Amino acid sequence: MKILVAVKRVVDYAVKIRVKPDKTGVDTQNVKMSMNPFCEIALEEALRIKEAGFAKEVVAVSIGPSQCVDTLRTGLAMGADRGIHVEASYSFLPLTIAKILKSLADVENPGLIFLGKQAIDDDCNQTGQMVAALLGWPQATFASKVVLDKDKQSATVDREVDEGLETLSVDLPAVITTDLRLNQPRYATLPNIMKAKSKPIKKMTLEDLKVDIKSDIEIVEVTEPPKRKSGVIVSSVDELIYKLKNEAHVV
Amino acid sequence: MHRFLLKLSSSSTNPLRNSKFQRLILPSLNLFASGSPPPPSANPYSADSFRKSRAFSSKSRALGVRCISSEAGREAIEYDVVIIGAGPAGLSAAIRLKQLCQEKNTDLSVCVVEKGAEVGGHVISGNVFEPLALDELLPHWRQEQAPIEVAASSDKFWFLTKDRAIPLPSPFDNKGNYIISLSQLVRWLGGKAEELGIEIYPGFSASEVLYNASDEVVGIATKDMGISKDGSKKETFQPGVDIKGRVTLFAEGCRGSLSEKIIKKYKLREEVNAQHQTYALGIKEVWEIDESKHNPGEVIHALGWPLDPKTYGGSFLYHMNDRQVALGLVVALNYKNPFLNPYEEFQKLKHHPAIKRILEGGTVLQYGARTLNEGGFQSIPYPVFPGGAIIGCSAGFLNVPKIKGTHTAMKSGMLAAEAAFGALHEGSNMNTYWDSLRGSWVWKELYAARNYRPAFEYGLIPGLAVSAMEHYVLKGKVPFTLKHGKADHEATDLARKCKPIEYPKPDGVLSFDVPTSLYRSNTNHDHDQPSHLRLKDPKIPEKVNLPEYGAPESRYCPARVYEYVEDEEGKPKLQINAQNCLHCKACDIKDPKQNIEWTVPEGGGGPAYSVM
Repeated sequence: MKILVAVKRVVDYAVKIRVKPDKTGVDTQNVKMSMNPFCEIALEEALRIKEAGFAKEVVAVSIGPSQCVDTLRTGLAMGADRGIHVEASYSFLPLTIAKILKSLADVENPGLIFLGKQAIDDDCNQTGQMVAALLGWPQATFASKVVLDKDKQSATVDREVDEGLETLSVDLPAVITTDLRLNQPRYATLPNIMKAKSKPIKKMTLEDLKVDIKSDIEIVEVTEPPKRKSGVIVSSVDELIYKLKNEAHVV
Repeated sequence: MHRFLLKLSSSSTNPLRNSKFQRLILPSLNLFASGSPPPPSANPYSADSFRKSRAFSSKSRALGVRCISSEAGREAIEYDVVIIGAGPAGLSAAIRLKQLCQEKNTDLSVCVVEKGAEVGGHVISGNVFEPLALDELLPHWRQEQAPIEVAASSDKFWFLTKDRAIPLPSPFDNKGNYIISLSQLVRWLGGKAEELGIEIYPGFSASEVLYNASDEVVGIATKDMGISKDGSKKETFQPGVDIKGRVTLFAEGCRGSLSEKIIKKYKLREEVNAQHQTYALGIKEVWEIDESKHNPGEVIHALGWPLDPKTYGGSFLYHMNDRQVALGLVVALNYKNPFLNPYEEFQKLKHHPAIKRILEGGTVLQYGARTLNEGGFQSIPYPVFPGGAIIGCSAGFLNVPKIKGTHTAMKSGMLAAEAAFGALHEGSNMNTYWDSLRGSWVWKELYAARNYRPAFEYGLIPGLAVSAMEHYVLKGKVPFTLKHGKADHEATDLARKCKPIEYPKPDGVLSFDVPTSLYRSNTNHDHDQPSHLRLKDPKIPEKVNLPEYGAPESRYCPARVYEYVEDEEGKPKLQINAQNCLHCKACDIKDPKQNIEWTVPEGGGGPAYSVM
């Protein structure tokens, strides 16, 4: 079985971001970029499944500008067998990514597609779900535990939901998106980084995949959230009620 | 075995420092151990005796003494040249090596390890860049999109009082220099290095020096990753890797942790009668200001307020491009008053009317801090040791009156590369690095600049007077060399002799509290790892630092790593917030009892500077 893992190159989680002065987006020039933490977890899970003998190959795929190759190299250093870079000059929204991943799945025929539950730059939490829908495959999102059954060709997945944990059984091929507590991603060791240099990364274009990238969504403006106003200390309960009634208008 | 230098005396105070003086150098050790290897059991560093004498544990590794092949489970990778630190010196050395290889139609494998997560991530500097060394290294940099665009257009020099900025004749002449972000330049240099086939590995910190049976340096070991705070191995544990080189170059920057060990071990300062190194702490912010106030190329330096006349230091404000300005305060670490807080002094500076009017309406993009060398000529150690050399600020080539160290660091890297190439390819030895340093413009410059800083030991006015004399008349051509005062950590007065300083609260617009600033440095470390800041004696902070010196580490650390909190019994206890660390090394330098030892954390941690 082959496992396809989608990894996204995002602004590093520890970096302080700021909005571009022209309000078209977040300033990503000269900013440290890394693999999305949830994608690292997805890749780690795929690698563990392969090491347990359930899969033959782990393929990492990244969609974006040429620097995505760095992200793929990190994935290869962690242990992925090969990478696919889909060249794209700007960042796409989840539906477009899902369409691209569907095209890739049609070509690669994986038994499992792993994604992070969401990217930390847009927090969309949509791509995995959309890929499953486009492919008509079952999906198990927010996975905190994945157990494969080779004979039944299914996976038992614990999902972290608002009410607690939900356990699903999904038949393969399936789409799984990973949540924080699924695993601790491994470090890319120096020898593995060196070995990763010789692992192949295939370049593909949107024309190769025959994907229509016209987006139905246009980003109009990006602004910073309003600055948190400092609190006011009130001297009595009456003053509190007065303020709630006449200033905040919530009572 | 290592006494390969013979000291000869002469009339002047510092005989070995006279570049024209002929020194007799005994034929030095061949780069490789010569003669027959000693019998295994007799050598204290042999694998056998090591294993017998102590049970192998990660603690024994911390001693920094290992034999090559003794460890099970650690891979060893070999290169011709290993360079620790992908900064200006390290990358210049790597590039020069590959250039020499191309010239002589040969090849050498070169590996650069860097503790920052990205090349340039731990690089922070003023920086008004003198392209002298870069012109030699990469003469076509102007056509290769180097991030060197803003030519210095004016040199302003102010004496600040609380309310005024009194213009003075500028001692600087930055014509031909450029205002840059060194972090960006280093990133560009890294790209150039990779094009030449140099292997650069960011995210790996060198935690140990590796020695062979003859006590020669044979490389470094990277730090184990995935050790929990209590010392146990986590699920993600990965042992470090031995990176061995026929030549090892240390380019860790100012107060490099491994470089300091090497200097101590091989007594490299004693070799040439060098004085101790002296340091300053630089705290810097990059602001994006109002278009109307922006004047690319403008260079402003200032003395005086907020520092008192007994504390050496000054401020700078450089206009870069993209409406950005670099602003900072440099405070010499031999200050006496333990209540001095360099970070708070920097916050005060921003409220000075002359500075405030430039910053108003702007936003801070990044914040950072780093110590820098001020010892100059008098403090240069012998930079060659068996197995390699020390380059850049780890040795200390910063020109203090010019406040520039990048060009000399780069040149030192290039000279070491030439020596290494000679040693590896032509059978000469690394000592030619020392010789070529002393014959180069680095030496001339540092020799001419040697008396500026020490003159300030006598006070601000005498210092300025000597500076003026040196600048306009003497230019270093005097027969004497002034000495530095006490070592920085010894200069701190006892708290009871000094007056506490009241600092104003930050206003959140121009001045900020430490956590806010720290957030802007993009600093992070994996929380679950042992603290990389080691206390040699864990009782000294509460026994000495707090009662005798008023806990200076809680004041000079620009990242609020050291805090005294109350324990369950209400007694003050030192809390080390290692995760905040900016890797500036101020604590390693200034701790009065030298009880704090800065060691490398797991690779990839620390600040993430991109425009500093």
